[in-house]
Amino acid sequence: MAFVPSYWRETPQRYRYEAVRCEECAKVFFPPRRSCDPWCNCKLEPHTVAQEGRVLTHTVIHIGPDQLSDETPYVLAICEMDDGARLTAQVVDCSPEKVEAGLRVRIEFRRIQKDGESGILMYGYKVVPA
Amino acid sequence: MRDVAVIGIGIQRWGELWERSLRDLFVEAALNAIRDAGVERIDSMYVGCMSPGLFIGQEHLGSLLADYLGVCPIPALRVESACASGGMAVRAGFIEVASGLSDIVLVGGVEKMTDVSSGGATYALATAADAEYEVYQGATFPGLYAMVARDYMRRYGLTREQLAQVAVKNHDNGALNPHAQFPSKLSLEAVMTSTMVADPLRLMDCSPITDGAAVAILCPLNMANELSKQPPVKISGVGAATDHIALHDRKDFCEFSATVAACERAYKMAGVGPEQIDFAEVHDCFTIAELCVIEALGFFPRGTAGQATWAGETARTGKKPINTSGGLKSKGHPVGATGVGQIHELVTQLRGAAGARQVPGVKRGLAQNMGGSGGSTVVHILEVV
Repeated sequence: MAFVPSYWRETPQRYRYEAVRCEECAKVFFPPRRSCDPWCNCKLEPHTVAQEGRVLTHTVIHIGPDQLSDETPYVLAICEMDDGARLTAQVVDCSPEKVEAGLRVRIEFRRIQKDGESGILMYGYKVVPA
Repeated sequence: MRDVAVIGIGIQRWGELWERSLRDLFVEAALNAIRDAGVERIDSMYVGCMSPGLFIGQEHLGSLLADYLGVCPIPALRVESACASGGMAVRAGFIEVASGLSDIVLVGGVEKMTDVSSGGATYALATAADAEYEVYQGATFPGLYAMVARDYMRRYGLTREQLAQVAVKNHDNGALNPHAQFPSKLSLEAVMTSTMVADPLRLMDCSPITDGAAVAILCPLNMANELSKQPPVKISGVGAATDHIALHDRKDFCEFSATVAACERAYKMAGVGPEQIDFAEVHDCFTIAELCVIEALGFFPRGTAGQATWAGETARTGKKPINTSGGLKSKGHPVGATGVGQIHELVTQLRGAAGARQVPGVKRGLAQNMGGSGGSTVVHILEVV
């Protein structure tokens, strides 16, 4: 069981998809980083991850971690959003056979898991076909 | 910088070793290595171990293992780089000997994984991925490598049979290794019909959960003959590198950039290229990993390792034997011990002492040990002198 502050810290990313974007090179960092590298003069500005993108690769997980064992099989994908941000997310509201590289997807706010048998509910992003 | 040699190696059979604790595993392998080398003291030691805290509720392995081996007050340090912990411990020992700080350094690796449930082991292993942005979303290690496999299949036309052949070939080798956890042959059909874990990877594409340890003794090359009767094996090249921890941040999921960077450093130090490597032990935590790694090491052009494996080029009798020990798949994968186990196999082969699985006439071998989904890698090149 994790402590409450560790959930708070993730809220801006998981609930509001907050990222940073470099004003110089236009690269988007999700989750936000504090530097591109120690010698970069990049200006990192707040940015919201693009809500649509496409699947780059995926898997169907048949044997999952204990906290998701009721959800198997579920589809997990690496997606590239239209601003270049990359994220790993479950693909839902879609049969596994329909998922393939190039599938257009959209971010949705969903329940991800719960922390133990009686723990708090944990939310975040999944993607659905756009 | 002084040249460094391996003068002793020790291991015991890997597997589900219910009756042995982490300290038992390590001390048995360490005593075997010390006796093999015939040394009468150790100056310092490094122990690779990924997660004793999560697997057995124990940290501070430097003190614990120096104590139980009976070598206090020598300095002893645990090294952690997920599944590359063992190889990184060898590198740390190499640096200490090469620098002149110590002469006889024990480098070991150990992991005790079966004191927790399979769910507990999955949880501990998953900490090698990005906990907040991969694992939280439902990623598992088979799942991450499955996404690499699917990308590879789509881009290069790799077939399911070619992928399965990696496991078949490694079990052919492991069947001849008395230290292997699963020393049995495996048919292509058994791989192809095993339980689906993360599509397209099945259970027999995955390395097992293992208890085990392995240890090597290092010293300066020019002192090897005075300290040990064993024929010294020189560590001629060392390289380590990192990459993004999250698979999704990699530019190319099939490239394994940390392995590319690590082997470039090791080749440069050894003054050789991939064509001068006679055989290699590589990190086949999943079948797809072996294919990507042997391409990253420069043994095969991109996208061709599946065909080469199918054609027998990586078999014991092929032109580039890979994982003569059985690899992680058959020999077992006690994560912190794996990288040192690879060194054990290289030295055994280079001494000509590998028995039924001996590759005739080998002079130079390479070990590649990798953490997580490729976020860290360490490469060693060993050769007879």
